Amino acid sequence: MASVSLAQARRELDDDQLEQMARRVRRDVLKMTHLAGSGHPGGSFSMTELLVTLYTRFLDVDPDDPDDPERDRFILSKGHCCPGHYALLARMGFFDRDELWNLRRFDSFLQGHEDLKVPGCDVSTGSLGQGLSYANGCALAADQDERDFHTWVMLGDGEVQEGQVWEAAMTAAHRKLDNLTAIVDYNKIQIDGFVNDVKGVEPLAAKWRAFGWHVIEIDGHDLSDIESAYNEALDTEGKPTLILAHTVKGKGVSFMENKAEFHGRALSEEEMEQALQELGEEVA
Amino acid sequence: MGKNPVAPDKKREGGQRLPEPIRNGYGHGLLKAGREREEIVALDADLAGSTRSQWFGEEFPDRFYQMGISEQDMMVTAVGMASAGKHPFASTFAIFSERAFEQVRNSVARMDANVKIVGSHGGVLTGQDGSSAQCIEDLAVYRAIPNMTVLCPSDVVESEAATLALAEYEGPAYMRTTRRKTPIHHDEDTTFEIGEGEILREGEDVALVGTGSMTGRAMQAAERLEAKGVSALVANMPTIKPIDRDLVAEISQRTGHVVTCEDHNVIGALGSAVAEALAETRPAKMARVGIDDHFGRSGTPDKLYEAFGLTPDHIVEEAERLVGNRVRA
Repeated sequence: MASVSLAQARRELDDDQLEQMARRVRRDVLKMTHLAGSGHPGGSFSMTELLVTLYTRFLDVDPDDPDDPERDRFILSKGHCCPGHYALLARMGFFDRDELWNLRRFDSFLQGHEDLKVPGCDVSTGSLGQGLSYANGCALAADQDERDFHTWVMLGDGEVQEGQVWEAAMTAAHRKLDNLTAIVDYNKIQIDGFVNDVKGVEPLAAKWRAFGWHVIEIDGHDLSDIESAYNEALDTEGKPTLILAHTVKGKGVSFMENKAEFHGRALSEEEMEQALQELGEEVA
Repeated sequence: MGKNPVAPDKKREGGQRLPEPIRNGYGHGLLKAGREREEIVALDADLAGSTRSQWFGEEFPDRFYQMGISEQDMMVTAVGMASAGKHPFASTFAIFSERAFEQVRNSVARMDANVKIVGSHGGVLTGQDGSSAQCIEDLAVYRAIPNMTVLCPSDVVESEAATLALAEYEGPAYMRTTRRKTPIHHDEDTTFEIGEGEILREGEDVALVGTGSMTGRAMQAAERLEAKGVSALVANMPTIKPIDRDLVAEISQRTGHVVTCEDHNVIGALGSAVAEALAETRPAKMARVGIDDHFGRSGTPDKLYEAFGLTPDHIVEEAERLVGNRVRA
């Protein structure tokens, strides 16, 4: 089974290879959204290292059996950032990478927001604020039957302005869901501007702590930070873990970094060229 | 706590089942289904006593999830549980389920999740609590969502059977129940087929089509019409979606006049579904008895039904108007 060995190979990446994988994912995201003429590169880039580390070193999933009931779950609650997830899933062998260039097209399964139609996706999101509740449901079901899969969920920072996130935060803490880890991609920017101008969410770590969560604050682009936080989350007992990952929106391409503009716009031909140059290699 | 407080016994007198609230059928049915199917779990948003999901919760505490006053969280948690092999029934008041409308639309229905939503205290039959709790649009809003099945049983026997049918059905569905004791017009061994209506009483001049608590009033109206020399057929439509088009066409063909009766806004639910089916099969003169596109207010259920025209007498008036038209023509 070729893709199993491919998946295994992906699991043995050293840091350099992992960073290379992150660059490849970013390049694919740029090309995907450029070809589609729309999509969300900025928030895909801020979570790239978080996602690549999760899939290559932690998440127990199998591209040959993507619906295995005992697989770990990954819930992309910030569903608009699916290009980053799709690009990684293709690299992991969940589907043919050529499909990426059909993002957002009528005859493709690659929907404009995270969708169950995509092999390897556990959820259909796109409306913010719902993924943590869904993840709680997965974790509660596992808990009830003493199944040992772990559920991971990625939220955006603007997303925590949704009240449902805090309903779900209470549920996870009340139920002591230590088989659940939430990550907030704290890139500080939402569509209309800086989060703290639109509607401030600080003190964010203190809020989650007050809601009964074990909170770890990290640099969301630092591989060793990420790896140790994920290990700590898995070792934490009696409460759910929230990883507050400080990140940079548009990370990896100088003119995209920290710009709200690139939340939801694809690059022009010219911008693409410069961006790909900055990211190093040719798109394979 | 007693050994097994669970559901109260079904009350009978002289072998006859006494009227109970339609919501009790959900409680009885969920308990029965839960005993047969381990994957069934129940969630409630701090109204478990009122919706009757508590009866399940008392027997199966490990499969009962009290979610607190968090309807949006409850709906999507249920979807996550369904994705991991559970069969969740999530209940609250009908009106508060609507607080999670977009969650129901985007997470429950769009993912075609095997989640059942039960909204109790439907309609103005809820009474004194006033307009904030009187849900008059639930059937319309859920009916408009793809993948959703929408049920509105008419007595406690039917709501129990409907709950058992939902336990066998794979996919998202909404069922409305109500709070007040409602007369029973089904045998206790009745079974429920999703998507099928039934003729409760034969007639030739006009068809009265009821759903939920209004089916019993349609039966009363038919008796009054008979006394006036008008022969009224009564059909019960416990499934609002998919509507039983064959039955609608049949009763239209047989009577030529149709009056729909519902404790709901006349826009979007039974009246609309029947009108659509009639228009596309066998058009007939019709009238819609229901809430005339306004909110409710506090008052006893009887007072509200009278004020809003949800009475047997008003059904009779509408039926006579239609039939009279035919005679004059």
